[in-house]
Amino acid sequence: MNVNNISKDDLPWIVEYDSEKCMLCGRCVAVCSFGAIKVDVQKRKKVKALSNDKGFSIDSDQKAIPVIKQVVDENDFCRGCGMCSKVCPNGAIKAVRNKTEIFGTRYRAKTAQSVKRGGRSNLHTEGRTLDKIKVGRISQMTDPSLDALRHTFDMRTNFGRIVSPEELNFDIVNGELKENNKKVPVNSSIYPVIIGDMSIGALSPRMWEAVAIAVAYLNEVKGIPIRMCTGEGGIPDRLLKSKYLKYMILQIASGHFGWNRIINAMPDMKENPAGVLIKIGQGAKPGDGGLLMAEKNVRLIQEIRGVPKADLLSPPNHQGLYSIEESVQKMFLSMNCAFNFKVPVAIKVAASSTSVSVYNNLLRDPYNIVGGFFIDGLQGGTGAAHEISLNHTGHPIVSKLRDCYLAAVQQGKQGQIPIFAGGGIGMNGNLAADTFKMLCLGANGVFIGKLILQIAGCIGNDYGKCNACNTGKCPIGITTQNPKLIKRLDVDTVAQNIANYICATDVELKKLLAPVGNSSLPIGRSDALVSVDKNVAERLKIQHVC
Amino acid sequence: MCRIGAIKSTEYIHPSLTLKLMRSQQKGHDNSGFAIVMQDLGGIFENYKNLPILSMACSDSGMKYAEDLLHKKGFTRTFQYNMEVFPDENLDINPMPHYVFEVFQYPKNYKDAAREEKENLLLDTRLELRKYLEENEEGFVYSFWEDVISLKEIGNPNDIGKYFNLWSEETNLKAKILTVQCRQNTNYDIVRYAAHPFFLQGYTTLTNGENTFYEKNKLAQEKTFKGYIGFESDSQCFLYTLHYIHKILKWPIKYYKHVLTPLPFEEINKRNDKNVLSKIKTSLSNWEINGPNTTIGVLPDGTMLNVADSKKLRPTVICKKDNMVIITSEICGVNEIMPERNIEEDIYTTERETVIIDNNLNIQRIPQ
Repeated sequence: MNVNNISKDDLPWIVEYDSEKCMLCGRCVAVCSFGAIKVDVQKRKKVKALSNDKGFSIDSDQKAIPVIKQVVDENDFCRGCGMCSKVCPNGAIKAVRNKTEIFGTRYRAKTAQSVKRGGRSNLHTEGRTLDKIKVGRISQMTDPSLDALRHTFDMRTNFGRIVSPEELNFDIVNGELKENNKKVPVNSSIYPVIIGDMSIGALSPRMWEAVAIAVAYLNEVKGIPIRMCTGEGGIPDRLLKSKYLKYMILQIASGHFGWNRIINAMPDMKENPAGVLIKIGQGAKPGDGGLLMAEKNVRLIQEIRGVPKADLLSPPNHQGLYSIEESVQKMFLSMNCAFNFKVPVAIKVAASSTSVSVYNNLLRDPYNIVGGFFIDGLQGGTGAAHEISLNHTGHPIVSKLRDCYLAAVQQGKQGQIPIFAGGGIGMNGNLAADTFKMLCLGANGVFIGKLILQIAGCIGNDYGKCNACNTGKCPIGITTQNPKLIKRLDVDTVAQNIANYICATDVELKKLLAPVGNSSLPIGRSDALVSVDKNVAERLKIQHVC
Repeated sequence: MCRIGAIKSTEYIHPSLTLKLMRSQQKGHDNSGFAIVMQDLGGIFENYKNLPILSMACSDSGMKYAEDLLHKKGFTRTFQYNMEVFPDENLDINPMPHYVFEVFQYPKNYKDAAREEKENLLLDTRLELRKYLEENEEGFVYSFWEDVISLKEIGNPNDIGKYFNLWSEETNLKAKILTVQCRQNTNYDIVRYAAHPFFLQGYTTLTNGENTFYEKNKLAQEKTFKGYIGFESDSQCFLYTLHYIHKILKWPIKYYKHVLTPLPFEEINKRNDKNVLSKIKTSLSNWEINGPNTTIGVLPDGTMLNVADSKKLRPTVICKKDNMVIITSEICGVNEIMPERNIEEDIYTTERETVIIDNNLNIQRIPQ
């Protein structure tokens, strides 16, 4: 016996198995993408004491029976995904969370490696701020509520640099305002929810395709002008040259993966993309670049990104950028030039104590070419990160958004660089409520990622369940490049579920707009919000109620 | 709900007509104040058309401060009219010690000054005076502008009329444009500055409405122009938007409506002028009024206008006879003072138009 080896009791999930109920169909072992259970044989011995007229004797039955056994290994361990119980016809097997939480310690001691995983922060040290806020300003009497079902609502927000009215390119001709030749920045009106920004490498091709189909359907059929961000790594050539490119915000991150293909496709593009997002940082792992493990870097991904099969580690920052001013001059300018100043170019940063300084500086951009400020808070998800980053770095999004908005107000420039906020939006399941509250606090919109995966069927949660997006072994087929696992995901069903969820969100958003009496989005209308938490109310400058 | 009224006439008329216009529109306890702005003045002020008139209600020391300040700035008083008051303990009114309308000559060094410079001087002076009066609780200054007087008081409008003898047509107070409201603000504290009509540099507005984007409006407006102050009422935002669109941006008046209650993007995208309208909507998104409203406005040249919101219509009716146009909340008020008109020509402003009344009383309806 070696007491220093990892034992079953050390694992984060314990597989409970009842051989009496098991019919030995083997489905659980077949479905487990982590190889965390295996078929084994147990020796059973039953001792019988016999007593008859010849006297007393002892006998024993010995037999070998097949069983399902949990694998004890620091790499192939049970993630609690629950696929085994899902397929078991007799309810003979299930994974149970091990409360000891010693695995991380054992893993580090054994491998000298940091723990990596996907998902969100699993530390629940703080409550959700958004859940402490209510929509408390209900229209009554003098300003009656609207009818959520019958009234027309203008569910659009701005994306792209907005100039002050004095800077608009208008001449007055015969009592009418007419545009003149003066150049003004491009902007578009889009839905206040952006699906972002998960790459084809992080997601399986089927999952990514399902999101793209849902986005196209919502735009073309339902009239909901939602946009999705591609994530780093480019997109298929066929999509780049299709009319659906107009719904895609192309991301350029520090690895610049996929941009060779994008640039080559430019002459053949039928439509401009919806925007360009320069990713500087990510809320779930601030300070880290993208991380695509070699296991997921399959041939398709290699082709799109133009890379060999290897771990793809994007640098923590864009090389050659040393200041905000420089980033404006280099990256914003070059990205604007690339699309002839016809596409909004925005920036995404991890929420940080310094976000307001960055935003202030961008607001002073003399060229008016910063088209959006995406702030990503710490409760966002990721496909792969060091657990220490996920659990111990980052900044909550709500107060940071508020600070940035109020900093713009201070300069009289609110709304000029639209703010989009992400990081845990919709993690309580209700995207509409979170979106509405964030809009009232000053966001022009929100962006969501993990929620989309959950809509697609992701069974991971923030209590250590699954969170194995980094392994390439996603049991649902969402964050994997394994053809067998990908086949588990039905593209059409996922696309339909995403479209349905957004349609439901649209209805629910209207159900919040109606009682506050607004027919357009209440961006910056914090008087609509109240909080029962005095600290939250004071910090966010909203009304405290009790 | 506020009842508002405006009369535009080709002849000089007396404020008693506005009291009669508003009296029948009162409901229940809807009688917490009376405020009036008179423009294009006749009677005792007819000979001072091009000189600024200071309208204020104040204490003794407030008045002294005002006179010293204006003297220091080089203004010389040409004419002073103290409202004669008729106190009666049975009247429901919170009177101030002095109600003053003083006409001033511009400072000598402004003799050849450009119009804009003079306007700036008048505004700066009023703001400075207001700041002092407010900080020291010595009174209220409502306007300091050419050819305009303003009066606001808290109490029962009938009684306020009696106190100032406004029911009698014998006084020599007359004007061609009168805007009036007989109610104070319900949402905020009852203070004189919160009473419509609101006036700034020749622009006047009165609103029956609820500005649900008040916070957004206020935050955007208070950083835009020094005269956008106070915000004692959410309806002041309507005035500042009118001033901003027409005086600062110098846009044609029909775009006021596109800022207050812009069309949805879906409708904008079907129009030929979609680029202009969508730029207005995005650049002025913080100036949108997203609540039920109808606004009566007066421009510096005497043009009167009316707009109404797009979703929960607050009523206004526009009625005309030969020498007079009335815009008001309820028809009963007009029936009292203009019963002989052709009611088939009454206009109920729709949610998608701007109604303009020019100085010849021609009515133009501009679709949004």
